[in-house]
Amino acid sequence: MFSTSITSEQFLKAIIETIQMVGVSLFIGSLLGIPLGILLVITRPGGVLENKALYTVLNPLINIIRSLPFIILLVAIIPVTRAIVHTSIGTSAAIVPLIIYIAPYIARLVENSLLEVNPGILEAAEAMGATPLQVIWYFLLPEAIGSLILSLTTATIGLIGATAMAGTVGGGGVGDLAIVYGYQRFDKVVMVATVIILIILVQGIQSLGNTLARKIRRY
Amino acid sequence: MIELRNVYKTFTRKEVKIEALKGISLKVEKGDIFGVIGYSGAGKSTLIRLVNYLERPSEGQVLVDGYDLGAYSDKELRAAKKNIGMIFQHFNLLESKKVFDNVAIPLVLLKKSKAEIRKRVEELLEFVGLSDKAGSYPSELSGGQKQRVGIARALASNPSILLCDEATSALDPQTTQSILQLLKRINAEYNITVMIITHEMSVIQEICNKVAVMEEGRIIEQGSVLDVFGEPKHQTTQNFVKTVIQNSMTTSVRRTLKTEQGSRVYKLNFAGESASEPVLYEIIRSYNVKVNILFANTTEIQETTLGTIIVQLQGDPAQLEAALNYMKQHEVRVEEVKSYVLDIDHK
Repeated sequence: MFSTSITSEQFLKAIIETIQMVGVSLFIGSLLGIPLGILLVITRPGGVLENKALYTVLNPLINIIRSLPFIILLVAIIPVTRAIVHTSIGTSAAIVPLIIYIAPYIARLVENSLLEVNPGILEAAEAMGATPLQVIWYFLLPEAIGSLILSLTTATIGLIGATAMAGTVGGGGVGDLAIVYGYQRFDKVVMVATVIILIILVQGIQSLGNTLARKIRRY
Repeated sequence: MIELRNVYKTFTRKEVKIEALKGISLKVEKGDIFGVIGYSGAGKSTLIRLVNYLERPSEGQVLVDGYDLGAYSDKELRAAKKNIGMIFQHFNLLESKKVFDNVAIPLVLLKKSKAEIRKRVEELLEFVGLSDKAGSYPSELSGGQKQRVGIARALASNPSILLCDEATSALDPQTTQSILQLLKRINAEYNITVMIITHEMSVIQEICNKVAVMEEGRIIEQGSVLDVFGEPKHQTTQNFVKTVIQNSMTTSVRRTLKTEQGSRVYKLNFAGESASEPVLYEIIRSYNVKVNILFANTTEIQETTLGTIIVQLQGDPAQLEAALNYMKQHEVRVEEVKSYVLDIDHK
């Protein structure tokens, strides 16, 4: 009953692959998504650098990418993936669609976090004669930091879910293991083990995010 | 010095035009504590936000120290704003930063050195009486303390003008008092021109030397606080004055008042010098007028005593006329109170 067809090496490899995919796509996705989210907030009507043209392009664009289910995005952009990493299979091939998936998601989360900042503080900044960059750096970001950390936590957990589909392009990872061995080969041990690992991973990341946000807020 | 020249401000929200300001002209001289009072929706917040160009006028000019803010480039405007401090009703402090860093922000924006910032912030915290709170977060402070931090922050860049947007409206009366005294000290010690927006007449009474009364986007009355308090012309102004100075007879006095032949009721307003002269004694002695005091009150504004007495005078008509002239010559403002008897007495 407890027999399984995979080795612990395979398991470890899968965990590392998941962490790799999540880590790299979170990092690059944040590099793209955070500035994008800031851009959304400052160019929106009434923002510190109001720019109707840019906002009306950016806003629907993010919605369009966000409308695609990840599994479709994954196969739809194979040509793009191939152009960037010169392959359409494997872990690195999965990372490209993961980034494209998560960057707009992060942008939206960042936008929401920044919009929560008390408008009175931005008014005070403007009254002090702060430049738009100073408003972002000295007022907007410090006030939103706790909320931003929680947003990135949510994004990370979303990414873990998405990596389960990376198996479609041979990306590997814990989710792939669950589908290939646990589901398709009826290996209950793999199924249960991967679910437990995912639960631990998600719980751990959420607690880490909460603790960090609380520590940084201190108020 | 602040000058507004025929300023209009129109907002367009959902295709509906709202005229917030309709032709405002006013002048705040250097060293003034200038109060703008009005009910909510009168346009006073829009007015003060024009002075540091948080709002741009739709028409007209805003001049600060003689320069038209509308003629400035964005960069010049930002530089001009460093010369205008502002405090807010809800303080608008950064919750994520300690008191010290909140006060330091304007200096950080000016790229001052660390040592310079430390020196100035410590000096400011000392001035507002919060030296021991430098390491606290705003959430650990009371409302009054938060406003002191706001004041210290507003003063950090050494402005010559301080704008106060309903700065005491979220505070209890006692805290309001201490903040007002602090504003008075700032005005006196640093010679900073202060402009205050409020809906509380007591704020005007306490510290302002000049006042403008606003209603529906217009200034309906303005002048020295003494003049406006002593002789409010507009009904709204009278209502505001009434909130701090009682100047009418009580209902029970009016009810028992006898309307005798040849007797008339007058309201006598004294200000400054005239308040210290024995005018009533004179009219009784020299003109043989009977005086019945129905109401009396004195208030101090701008270190000047403002007195109101309502009297019933009785006597020979010619003598009465002479007595009234005598009082007018002695700087007493005399105004006849007609309809003083309550209607119910006639029924």
